[in-house]
Amino acid sequence: MSLEIEEKAASTASAQGDAEPIVEPLVFERSGEGKVGYSLPALDVPETIAIPEALRRKEIAGETQVSEVEVARHFTRLSRLNFSIDQGLYPLGSCTMKHNPRTNEEMARLPGFAASHPLAPEEVLQGALELAWRLERILSELTGLPRVTLQPSAGAHGELAGILMVRKALEKTGKPRSTVLIPDSAHGTNPASAHFAGYKVRELKSNARGTIDLRALEEGMTEDVAAMMLTVPNTLGVFEDQILEIAKIVHAKGGYLYCDGANFNAYVGVAKPGLMGIDVMQMNLHKTFSTPHGGGGPGAGPVAVSETLVPFLPRPTIERRADGTFFLDGDRPDSIGRLRTFLGNFGMFVRALAYIAAYGNRIGEVARGAVLNANYIRAGLTDVYHLKYDTPTMHEVVFSDKKQVEQGVSNMDIAKRLMDYGFHPPTISFPLIVHGALMIEPTETEGKPGLDAFIHAMREIARECKESPEIIRTAPHTTPVKRVDEVGAAKNLVLRWRP
Amino acid sequence: MKFLPTSDAERAAMLAAIGASSVEDLFAAVPAEVRAEPDLPPPMSEIEIRRLLGGLSARNANARETSFFLGGGLYHHYVSAIADQMLYRAEWLTSYTPYQPEVSQGNLQSIFEFQTHICLLTGLEVANASLYEGASALVEALLMAERLSKGRAKAVLSAGIHPEYRETVRTYFANLGLEIVEVPLAADGATDRKALVAAVDERTFAVAVQSPNFFGIVEDWKAGSDAAKNAGALSVGVVAEAISMALLSPPGEGGADIACGEAQSLGVPMHHGGPLLGFLACRAEHRRQIPGRLVGQTRDAEGHRAFCLTLSTREQHIRREKATSNICTNEGLMALASNIHCSLLGKKGLREVALQCHAKAEYLKGEIAKVPGYQIPYSSPTFNEFVVEAPEDAAPLLARLAARKILAGIPLSRYDAKEKRRFLVATTEMNVRAEMNSLVAALGGKA
Repeated sequence: MSLEIEEKAASTASAQGDAEPIVEPLVFERSGEGKVGYSLPALDVPETIAIPEALRRKEIAGETQVSEVEVARHFTRLSRLNFSIDQGLYPLGSCTMKHNPRTNEEMARLPGFAASHPLAPEEVLQGALELAWRLERILSELTGLPRVTLQPSAGAHGELAGILMVRKALEKTGKPRSTVLIPDSAHGTNPASAHFAGYKVRELKSNARGTIDLRALEEGMTEDVAAMMLTVPNTLGVFEDQILEIAKIVHAKGGYLYCDGANFNAYVGVAKPGLMGIDVMQMNLHKTFSTPHGGGGPGAGPVAVSETLVPFLPRPTIERRADGTFFLDGDRPDSIGRLRTFLGNFGMFVRALAYIAAYGNRIGEVARGAVLNANYIRAGLTDVYHLKYDTPTMHEVVFSDKKQVEQGVSNMDIAKRLMDYGFHPPTISFPLIVHGALMIEPTETEGKPGLDAFIHAMREIARECKESPEIIRTAPHTTPVKRVDEVGAAKNLVLRWRP
Repeated sequence: MKFLPTSDAERAAMLAAIGASSVEDLFAAVPAEVRAEPDLPPPMSEIEIRRLLGGLSARNANARETSFFLGGGLYHHYVSAIADQMLYRAEWLTSYTPYQPEVSQGNLQSIFEFQTHICLLTGLEVANASLYEGASALVEALLMAERLSKGRAKAVLSAGIHPEYRETVRTYFANLGLEIVEVPLAADGATDRKALVAAVDERTFAVAVQSPNFFGIVEDWKAGSDAAKNAGALSVGVVAEAISMALLSPPGEGGADIACGEAQSLGVPMHHGGPLLGFLACRAEHRRQIPGRLVGQTRDAEGHRAFCLTLSTREQHIRREKATSNICTNEGLMALASNIHCSLLGKKGLREVALQCHAKAEYLKGEIAKVPGYQIPYSSPTFNEFVVEAPEDAAPLLARLAARKILAGIPLSRYDAKEKRRFLVATTEMNVRAEMNSLVAALGGKA
């Protein structure tokens, strides 16, 4: 997948004093006096500026002057420097990089959704309110929990909402308590969210199977613990088979069981968190429900809650009257309040609803496909890569570089070499309990040929590690840029273009 | 199912390779007691899905088919065709956070360009890769100021800041031991300067003012930044209508240390309130406390210019509970749209759009002021939004107009029950004189 270097682009840059060859100049470097990229109608009202000069600016020095042609080409060329799901397997563990149905994109752009304003009178917004209400009901059915808020903008925002609701519920009955228990395998957002809800974090060590050590939990689960945050399946892709005992221990001390639903893709439509004793759980619409990742957002992080937590849901909630009309209920005195403006990332609600409708009552096939694929990769690689925990795998499998380190090759090197084989690397910074992790999540939308090609590439790389490790250490060799100096970027900070 | 690419024969071969007799075997760890089939309707075809969602869409008033004057932190501006069409490209739509820079240079360079646009617009030196939206951006800005203050515990907020932003700050601050003091507006609609100065003390870590404020009024950034400086606090400039920065003196010029808010106006459709585009910019010396993702310029192994995420030691995946923020995503695709849109409009177009928004608001304000019984209660200058006082309760009036396809404004009673007769009217470059005249006629009972 070598990408051509724009010679012309390079010469544009050198004309501005930058002699290095670059793939595509910055849009600002294409700027030139007299070029225009827009057109506006003539002003149909008197021209006037009724603002004192002292409160105005003269110009936006340095802003662009480029034509539409150049902008179209610039962003098309830039796009070709990205790897994407539509090009091939993108097995970034914990991120659930699955196919994004295109009809959903068109639906989100319908005028009644994309050009609608949430502060219009309720009477002319019934379609939008019904859509959000329907999605809430569906997520409630899938989680087995009675109510859902759609407001949080992403998973971490949902975690914060969930822990704030727990806090408010505990305050209502006495003290908010001081601590949240989090396993050492958890996503980094969990402790950060607990911290921003005003809690101390106590880490819970995983056992040799990579799951919760019930004895350690019993010791740690004191009456000062507000909640335990548990990822199901955990970041090793392992289902906590003692989930019912875990819930019992947490509840016995009056705590709440929070589930990080980032990995819901492993059991959506097969099992329900509500039946597991989970009290509160965020879902990532951009993972399980296929709203596009878009190069890093927008996401959406709805939160499902048990009956006890309903009074504390963020304001406003979406309610249905007896006559079938919908309204926003802001009069909720026990609510934790608002977490952002308006209703949340509504455009993502449209896409998620469309996605779930396409599967309907067969949505369990998503989980079954995801788990089958991860296990197939595991079976294809266990003899060449080290598997720290051999507990059964659900939707993702975490190998490590232990065998390859002996040849002086790290998981980072393996990740870079995978690019030469035409794949996006797996997650490598995570989970912290596996040193040199290679966290692979294929999702259900990869077919056997793609999985076979990936397994083949990983096996070839394992062979190269033994026979020619230098080729791995200097990888990637075929990408638009060679290995990027990330240390240098942090040392010598250049965070913007300057005129 | 059309999103599942595995044939029956392939599935059988895969199970054989795994050594399992059925897919069900792979779920052995999931206890029987927690299993349940979802009670959902059968799968829908693409045609049926389009029919369902088309029907729901048709039941919402939309800005393309109405006379539209709603704002309140969310505006109906033109979005360049390229800015939207580019988002359909798989390379933008179906990629993720550029953790692996060698295969993500497109996303990284686009974010670097977006950061530059935000710096140029705000007049500040460093901007992040975007945040969820305006209200949480304000929270992040305040928490950043709190960290920089090393021990101060009070934030002073102007009552002119969007009410939903202030409510969001209260939600976040409730458990962090931080105090919020709100400074009222003076009779002219701008933040009361005397009250502002009086509210700020040596315990204050931030002074936040919004301009144009929620009521449309152009504030003097210096009111906030002077008060902050005198007390050794940081000044936060909030902007909920980003196109205003093309005409008005931006927060950085007015002495703000941090600028934050909502950049939806710069290339992002209203989306019924989300996804939007939060932004945050600051002075260079504070960059190590900036929350969210940051892209920096560097070199690759051959010495060529390249980009990557940087200063990630601030972030949750490394620092966990000690991180500058719990957020993990930005609004990547919206930042891309905004980069494209700003690049097209550029230096001249951004200003021309801002001038049109302002001129139309001035025209409409003047015409409404002539309608018997209607008043413009605030005398201060406004940008593209202003408060109108009706001779009757605004909410039912606005609902009646909405039924006639005129979305005339937002009733202030939505946020303050006492403000029964007042409503907020906004204009953008999308409004034409004829629809403004029809609004005026409707208010005057002549249409």
